[in-house]
Amino acid sequence: MVFWIIFLLILPLGILCGLLFRSSAITGSHTFFQLITGTVWKPTQQEFGFLPFILSSLYVTLIALVFAGPLCLFSAIHICFYAKSMMLRVIQPVIDILAGIPSVVYGVWGILAIVPLVSRVAKHGFHTPSTGYTLLSGGIVLGVMIIPFVLNILIDLFRSVPKELHEASLSLGAGKWYTIKRVVLKKAMPGIISAMGLGLSRAFGETMAVLMVVGNVAQIPRGIFDPGYPLPALIANNYGEMMSIPQYDAALLFAALLLLILVIFFNFASRLLIMRYEKSSR
Amino acid sequence: MKNPAGKLRRLQREEAVIRIIMRLATYTVIGVLGIIIFTILRRGLPSLSWEMIFRTPQGGFYFGKEGGILNAIAGSLYLATGATLLAFVTGYPVALFMNSTLRRHKRFVNGFRFILDLLWGIPSIVYGAFGFSVMIFFRVQASLLAGILVVAVFVLPIMIRAMDEGMKNSPAGLMEASLSLGMTPTGFSFRILSRQCLPGIVTAVLLSFGRAIGDAASVLFTTGFTDYIPRSLAEPAATLPLSIFFQLTSPIPEVRERAYAAASVLTFIILVISILARLSSAKLNHNAIKN
Repeated sequence: MVFWIIFLLILPLGILCGLLFRSSAITGSHTFFQLITGTVWKPTQQEFGFLPFILSSLYVTLIALVFAGPLCLFSAIHICFYAKSMMLRVIQPVIDILAGIPSVVYGVWGILAIVPLVSRVAKHGFHTPSTGYTLLSGGIVLGVMIIPFVLNILIDLFRSVPKELHEASLSLGAGKWYTIKRVVLKKAMPGIISAMGLGLSRAFGETMAVLMVVGNVAQIPRGIFDPGYPLPALIANNYGEMMSIPQYDAALLFAALLLLILVIFFNFASRLLIMRYEKSSR
Repeated sequence: MKNPAGKLRRLQREEAVIRIIMRLATYTVIGVLGIIIFTILRRGLPSLSWEMIFRTPQGGFYFGKEGGILNAIAGSLYLATGATLLAFVTGYPVALFMNSTLRRHKRFVNGFRFILDLLWGIPSIVYGAFGFSVMIFFRVQASLLAGILVVAVFVLPIMIRAMDEGMKNSPAGLMEASLSLGMTPTGFSFRILSRQCLPGIVTAVLLSFGRAIGDAASVLFTTGFTDYIPRSLAEPAATLPLSIFFQLTSPIPEVRERAYAAASVLTFIILVISILARLSSAKLNHNAIKN
């Protein structure tokens, strides 16, 4: 028992050190700055530029947040302050099932529904021919995947806003919407930001679903109808068959290290924010 | 204030618009789930057959010839069962320990929760890649056992945290009462706290099982892939998510159709798990002491 607690306590550090150690072959011959700003990806010629992958990851995640963020915010306000209490009982299983659907199934759904849609929109709406396997498709699928995650946190958050604040504002003559806008949202703002941050970090590491719809072309994407190649997809597609090329193994583990650092950073920042919020609301 | 009535009217109009948007948002969330399940089942069910569920791939399976995905279904069930069992055996005592003996050390427990949440947030591909690099280091081949170990480490924080979430709100007086009657903390954990939090424990197990069976990124390198049902822990195993993934990349339409069918099998399993979790947490609640 104590052993397992210690094991879990040092596990994050262990993974971090392990990845650092295993990727040292590449961080020794290239500087860190070279690696993350390099734009050329030619493993056979020892050129490892991670910028296309980092940018793809960022773009896909941001698109996901643009879709899911406002949707979850509006929906959470509706469920907590306007809808009948029945709605909470309906939405809970919906959130559970959405959270439980495996990422591969989201990927299949993306290929069946989103990719053709995006292709059609690109062709008729923007007159750019596109296969549909684009950053936008990846972003939409990812957005749907983080909905249960973000929505759940937001609902918990709004339910924890002290009732007295609400009542004090109403008793001063403010309307319901005015109260929500000026009191509840203001009070919950750090929590909302950290919910988005947690959604962001969840989206960052999502692998299979994005990999299936995002196109996987190692170039710097120029628009949302361009294919992208996020970090997790890079690892998933190439790890396991990189034995023959020197340093490839280290490069992919470096990608995993980047991913881990970014995810832990977002997670850490968001959780600190939410903990500070919880302290102040008590 | 120049025109209070005008401002009020503007606010009311704003509220009316926002209310419509909010309602739409909620219905969109519910609708998206409906659309996803509908799309998967509509494309998957027509090509689903008993042969697909109860036969392993035969010769030429990946060119659209006969056979099924029993290898992947069995592999996934073995893997998820093994990993969940392992995570339960290690995680259950830890969760109890956190909420009985360690309960006094608030700072430590909260710090530990923080670490667990952090671990929960680490992408499964990182676990997979890290696990595989450890396997290379020790020169271990991809096998069912390796997959079970990696997935168990990956679901362990989920298991502990989900149980802990149910236990941390149990009445504080419960432990004091038990100890004052001469019970040891261990006895309290296993006989009182476990019964009190049974729904949370069952939910945690089902949640972990769902995670374990649905995750592809962590088993991509660690379990390998095979057309046979694994007969020992040392053999490689196929998994349902990977089977879907590989068949989808095929240029042959029949094979892709089978991927959709396999996806509907996986969706069905997940739906059953969710319903079981709902039912059990409602049914098992009567054992609990309310405060």
